[in-house]
Amino acid sequence: MGKWAIALHGGAGVDPNLPEQRQEEAKRVLSRCLQIGVDALNLNKTAVEVVELVVRELESDPMFNSGRGSALTTRGTVEMEASIMDGCGRRCGAVSGLTSVKNPVSLARLVMDRSPHSYLAFDGAEEFAREQGVEMVDNSYFITEENIGMLKLAKEANSILFDYRIPLTGADTCSVSAGSIVADNSLQMNGLPISIYSPETVGCVVVDSTGNCAAATSTGGLMNKKSGRIGDSPLIGSGTYACDLCAISCTGEGEAIIRSTLARDVAAVMEYKGLNLQDAVDFVVKVRLDQGQAGLIAVSRDGEVTCKFNSNGMFRGCATQDGYMEVAIWE
Amino acid sequence: MGWAIALQGGAGDIPVDLPNDKRAPREATLRRCLDLGVAALKANRSPLDVVELVVRELENCPHFNAGKGSVLTTDGTVEMEASIMDGTKRCGAVSGLTTVVNPISVARIVMEKTPHIYLAFDGAEAFAREQGLETRDQSYFITEQNIERLKQAKEANRVQIDYTQPQPVKEQVPTSSEGDSQIGTVGCVAVDRNGNLATATSTGGLVNKMVGRIGDTPVIGAGTYANTICAVSATGKGESIIRNTIARDVAALMEYRGLSVKEAADLVIANAPEGTVGLVAVTDKGDVAMPFNTTGMFRACATENGHSEISIW
Repeated sequence: MGKWAIALHGGAGVDPNLPEQRQEEAKRVLSRCLQIGVDALNLNKTAVEVVELVVRELESDPMFNSGRGSALTTRGTVEMEASIMDGCGRRCGAVSGLTSVKNPVSLARLVMDRSPHSYLAFDGAEEFAREQGVEMVDNSYFITEENIGMLKLAKEANSILFDYRIPLTGADTCSVSAGSIVADNSLQMNGLPISIYSPETVGCVVVDSTGNCAAATSTGGLMNKKSGRIGDSPLIGSGTYACDLCAISCTGEGEAIIRSTLARDVAAVMEYKGLNLQDAVDFVVKVRLDQGQAGLIAVSRDGEVTCKFNSNGMFRGCATQDGYMEVAIWE
Repeated sequence: MGWAIALQGGAGDIPVDLPNDKRAPREATLRRCLDLGVAALKANRSPLDVVELVVRELENCPHFNAGKGSVLTTDGTVEMEASIMDGTKRCGAVSGLTTVVNPISVARIVMEKTPHIYLAFDGAEAFAREQGLETRDQSYFITEQNIERLKQAKEANRVQIDYTQPQPVKEQVPTSSEGDSQIGTVGCVAVDRNGNLATATSTGGLVNKMVGRIGDTPVIGAGTYANTICAVSATGKGESIIRNTIARDVAALMEYRGLSVKEAADLVIANAPEGTVGLVAVTDKGDVAMPFNTTGMFRACATENGHSEISIW
């Protein structure tokens, strides 16, 4: 019997001026979700069950950009996407364009387990959800006040934002000019100053005690995105990947992650170059990302776990069976 | 070194006794598209222009499963997807198009005119219209053969790669046009004299697919991939291509294991379930590979040193 390991993330690229209170809140959510995963692993749940469970928790909490608390499209609506992959057999499921499914990652799992396909989107995915009897809610359930404010700011800046959860110090969010913020801040992510940017995506990777690996990723996508825009999170090989060697979930600049097929590359480098997990992750983040900023979490079938990012911080947590448990934001 | 081009019109269970009235028009289209691509390369058009124009031609041909002639969803509608990528790894993808005549051109404009890589369904349709691309009513895309294929698939209660033989029935129906179902995908890869690479893939998907089903074609790394070493376009059963990250793996094997394109492509195909995939690939040095593990794959290629081929099995 091998040892289990788990990692989760709430997004890469964090404002260095994030108020202490917000940092603590985020770490509390990460700890709570991590504990849920740890408890499940101690009950011998499988890797796929655990990643789904943990990502459901992250989706249900409005703290991060997935499910409730998702970033808004340019029309002010929410369009969510997710994917899940079972390293055993490399089965996978993905969904995009969800507007009323309470837990996108669970629908992705149903696509994997109960449909003849791997990826369903928009109306077709919603129809499948209804047929499967999953919990559906009104689109307004996912929308938070903060994100409404952030969308206004994003439109002013006329840019794409991940999403902004950091209340601007002092002034009312809506009345602060995006222009002045743009002028002030030199640290950027996805073309925007980091103070009006906030990380997107949540994810979880697990290796269970039988050595099976699984990964799941979920997101609301980019703030102010065009309706219909799909990012890396539902794309197998980009935002999510699992095989018999390892499992990976990525976060950050979606377009950069897609171009570098980041998740698949970690596994490919292990498979084809014989690197171990850490070396593979280091290589891929350093060499494969080109100019992109991103982060990833990964586990190997041998019970190793690692997190790596070239962005300014990544909300993350990991735990192993021998008692190690940590949540962090910064390097 | 020199230019090279390869194109495919889909891999699948193409019967070796394919009647001539089914075979001839497809071979003629492959010939025409190959000639167009070669002429464009000789005229120093960029590989991106070349793969787009060849795939547009294949989309316009009703005998292949892309654009006009796309197979039908379970609702009897058409939902098309496509992607394009060049050696600098810029890429664009679309899914869920229902009225746009040339999905590959939408993918290119997503790549060149938006900060995004992938647009789908209503958003993609709206974007295509904003950009002034040609649209037609759904009926333009739907062919008799595909209506019949859908009917057969429903009767057999299965989802098919568009190319399958009808299930044998007691009273064998004399050869009807549906016996040679459409092929899975169309695609083109090209390299110019300077080693610049590009790939483009387009499809209507699987016969009787669920509405909203996305296959491998628009998933970068699965159906389509290019970097500075090679350009790949895959075809076959989408679900297998996604899980095996076919297109990316050809390049990864070359990069990380030092295999030639032929070795890498053969290995990737061999590792996928029998009867599910095929691909075309070119390298920056002008090498070409076109392996498949299905009965056949409609394909063609040409290189500057004079090699030229059009084949099915």
